[in-house]
Amino acid sequence: MVKYDIPSSSERSEDKDTEWSVVKPAAFTYHRAYDVNDTIAQLAELGPDAKILAGGQSLVAMMNFRLARPSALVDITRIGGLDFLAKDAGGLRIGALTRHRTVETTKVDGFEVLSKAARWIGHYPIRCRGTFGGSIAHGDSTAEWCLLTVLLEAWIVLQGPRGRREVPATEFFHGFFMTAAEPDEMIVEVRFPRPAPHAALTEFSQRQGDFAVVAASARLDLAENEILTSRIVLGGVGPQPAVVDVDLAGQPANEETWRAAGEAAAAQVDPPSDGHGSGAYRKKLTATLVARALAEAAA
Amino acid sequence: MTAWVGARVPRKEDRRMLLGRGRFVADMARANTLHASFVRSPYASATIRSIDVSAARQVEGVLEVLTGKDLGDPFLQAVLERDEFTPTKMPMLATDRVRFASEPVAVVIAEDAYAAEDGAEAVEVEWETGPVVPDIAAALEAATEVHSGTGNCLVDLVMFDDPALPGIFANAPLTIEATFRSARVSALPMEGRATLAEWDDRDGQVVVHTSTQVPHQTRSGIAQALGIPERSVRVIAPDVGGGFGQKCVVSREEVVLAAAAMRLRRPVIWVEDRQENLTASVHGHEQEYEVTAAFDADGRILGLSADIRCDIGAYSVYPFTCAVEPLMAATELPGIYKVPAYRARGRGFATNKAPTAPYRGVSRPQIVLVMERLMEKAAARLGVDAVDIRRRNMILPGEFPYTGVNNITYDEGSYLESLDLTEKKITEAGWYAERDRLREQGLFAGIGFSCFSERTAYGTPTMSQRRMRMTPGYDTAHVRMDPSGEVIVTTGTSGHGQGHETTFAQIVADQLGIHPDQVRLRQGDTDLTSYGWGTFGSRSIVIGGGAARKAAGTVAGRLRKVAAHLLEVGEDDVELTQGEAGVRGVPDVSLPISELARIVHFQTHQLPEECRYGLEARESADPPGTFSNACHAVLVSVDPGTGEIRARKFMVVEDCGVIINPLVVDGQVRGGVAQGIAAALYERITFDQEGQPTSTTLMDYLVPTAGEICPIEIHHLETPSQFSENGSKGMGEGGTIGAPAAVLNAINDALAHRGIEFDHIPVLPEDVLS
Repeated sequence: MVKYDIPSSSERSEDKDTEWSVVKPAAFTYHRAYDVNDTIAQLAELGPDAKILAGGQSLVAMMNFRLARPSALVDITRIGGLDFLAKDAGGLRIGALTRHRTVETTKVDGFEVLSKAARWIGHYPIRCRGTFGGSIAHGDSTAEWCLLTVLLEAWIVLQGPRGRREVPATEFFHGFFMTAAEPDEMIVEVRFPRPAPHAALTEFSQRQGDFAVVAASARLDLAENEILTSRIVLGGVGPQPAVVDVDLAGQPANEETWRAAGEAAAAQVDPPSDGHGSGAYRKKLTATLVARALAEAAA
Repeated sequence: MTAWVGARVPRKEDRRMLLGRGRFVADMARANTLHASFVRSPYASATIRSIDVSAARQVEGVLEVLTGKDLGDPFLQAVLERDEFTPTKMPMLATDRVRFASEPVAVVIAEDAYAAEDGAEAVEVEWETGPVVPDIAAALEAATEVHSGTGNCLVDLVMFDDPALPGIFANAPLTIEATFRSARVSALPMEGRATLAEWDDRDGQVVVHTSTQVPHQTRSGIAQALGIPERSVRVIAPDVGGGFGQKCVVSREEVVLAAAAMRLRRPVIWVEDRQENLTASVHGHEQEYEVTAAFDADGRILGLSADIRCDIGAYSVYPFTCAVEPLMAATELPGIYKVPAYRARGRGFATNKAPTAPYRGVSRPQIVLVMERLMEKAAARLGVDAVDIRRRNMILPGEFPYTGVNNITYDEGSYLESLDLTEKKITEAGWYAERDRLREQGLFAGIGFSCFSERTAYGTPTMSQRRMRMTPGYDTAHVRMDPSGEVIVTTGTSGHGQGHETTFAQIVADQLGIHPDQVRLRQGDTDLTSYGWGTFGSRSIVIGGGAARKAAGTVAGRLRKVAAHLLEVGEDDVELTQGEAGVRGVPDVSLPISELARIVHFQTHQLPEECRYGLEARESADPPGTFSNACHAVLVSVDPGTGEIRARKFMVVEDCGVIINPLVVDGQVRGGVAQGIAAALYERITFDQEGQPTSTTLMDYLVPTAGEICPIEIHHLETPSQFSENGSKGMGEGGTIGAPAAVLNAINDALAHRGIEFDHIPVLPEDVLS
């Protein structure tokens, strides 16, 4: 007698050959670039409404809402040689196509703040797809890399039809997704000039992985228990990373200094209000987070 | 008899879901399927001067653009047969006026989703914006009306009153006045709404595959709106990715898709995106309570008066009406507590926001929050222990069945036992020591409780008191055994994530003495099942499962008759167990049940007349409703620097009577508690003063993730219900009902030393620091 195995019901229904998509950006053309020069040539040809696709973790979401409507995308994610962290004359170079996850899992002496801060970026799949250069180019004022490039006074290395140039991060972010990069330029790498063994970034959002309501980063140079230099940069309090004008040089590295610095930083900012918090709340967060970032940096 | 009921049977549904082989509406599009995109109002309140679709028709790939006028202005009208209720028409596509931002005014049908979206952008509507009613305060003022001539109050019910109350409030040792608020939230099913409609020439039917909890109600809605007989509509719910109430009302888009498919004679699909789901579908839970309560010196409640105001949005949803929240709240506010004197007025106010519908819990998260806060407030003021004050007020063992001041009869529950066990469990688990530890670390920390019951499985004896023109309640099951001895069960309930394929099979398998794998549930298809009301209100296992048990019992009786004839024994001596029809006390004599089924079908002439012609039965269930109950406790911490509030540990002791499947019950409790924590700490649908929605993505609407939800420990008590066929009580909503009150009480415990007290949800970090 013939006896068939009856597949479990789940195995019977395999009728998914008609996959279709519900994502719905406005029309655009897709182009793949195979090296940096190719990218620049394609951007020149496609004109200023073309955008670079470097991981797509922010851009594609905005396109699906039709908030971003690029006429063309130039996909640079297949370009080789731009995925690296490299020690360089005491500093560190990070290739534009280095995934957040790579930064997270690569410990570089003196740059521990980068791998630690990477944990604040979105969720695991986002960290695996999103790129360092992509985040800098996007220029979100709460983005961890935008803050840290300003904090550590990094240089953004751009290449375009007029050649290669380096822009200090402190002058790169012009506010609300605006940067110093021209439409026909691409970020190729970011250069951190010197290590920052005493640096930290902390932030607050109600849910793990969300954009920071406020983010605070701090860098210290310490001699024993005394602060030699300090630098504090905030996100979420304005349209671009905000350098706080507080100099802690000469002060002792202790809780009282951190608390006072937090209060001083809060007094300097005039943050916007939105659904995630009022300006007044963001000021209070600033005080707390600056103090915590400094304490962590000193630890 | 109970080999399977109560067993931890893994869900039949899980395998296909986990392998990505479920079949949802979006999986059903075929090569010739057209795609729909809706043109929606950008304004909360506007008159439509004109709609110009000519440019949209020119967009490449666009086949058709339809307005309400093109469709004959179909509408739905939900009716409550009460003088205190004002019915309003909800047009399927607005033709002259829009009442909330995202209200649909036209639909574009195109060859693909991209073209449909492009076409929708190209529709030009000339709007004349009008004044906006953004909230209850503006609705009460009534300077502007959402529906002309209504004064914005669409339902106003004084459900109970007691002339003694003013005296009680004046003379009681303690009288508390307080206002409680809960924000508007979205049920947020993982799968948004989705519909694929196609015309079937052979059957002369429009077949509507739709992500719904209520296939028959949807069929009725489509038939009524389009003026066609119900027979010419077939509604099929394939796999549905959650509903929580959002899909227990008929969507306008479902009706429009059906109409479009009938016109175009081609399949048309619409799968809403998350922005539509957050702005254009229904919301719930936006309520405020102005309450006065009197207590004696020992903390016993003497009187309670509540003015309940619900923001019901722009329209009355079909078929439940906008009265569902105020009615539930005013009727059930006293809950598990013995309130001697009671007054409640429940009102529903129209505003220029998306309509509200029954979202998991339906007012009970709010009324439990009100009662549990009142208990804690009274305890604090009187110096009574906050846990003990509940014992002094709750319905105690020996007092069941208890008929309350609200004319509700509470069947037996374990209100006291669940509270006692919760307190014991959290003490043993060291919660109080941990609270102290957290405080030493510089955090604020607190423990909160909530005690509640949940009326479930409302049949028509209870539902009819609401006086809905369409009164749900009963359900019908059909059980049919095939010649190989396996069984198809149909039910009018429509599971959408609750594991009914598994739990119904367990119930039926026990009746028939077979294995649950031999039982297949058919649901969610109006052509295959008797008229039924779908799945909502924690009704399915008690009503649908009860009907299935009755029908299976009838089939079992026939099997026993057949076996008695073939084995030449008395019917009463036949036992159906483990696939065999055996004889009590005679271990060697038996016949396989499959053999009985074979003979009944293939050699029916060998049997006496009453045993012939198949093995099937149809039965209905229509219970009055039954109360499950639970006690929740939660440990929260509050960060004084950021205001961050975290639920750290959660304990549930629940009693849903006879448990069919502990795995399923635990899953329902966990999901419900997560939604309750969400409502207490994270989620809120927000609008600006112009009625523009401002929480339109999941970046702004903070549904918590696994990262925010703490471990949930669950213990069970089992007090069987005498009102249900299988002793079970519904339990689908309890988690969502109890958790907000427990979390709010815990926050207040944590902040008590600062003199801060909150009576609203969600409590945001910003609230803590202000």
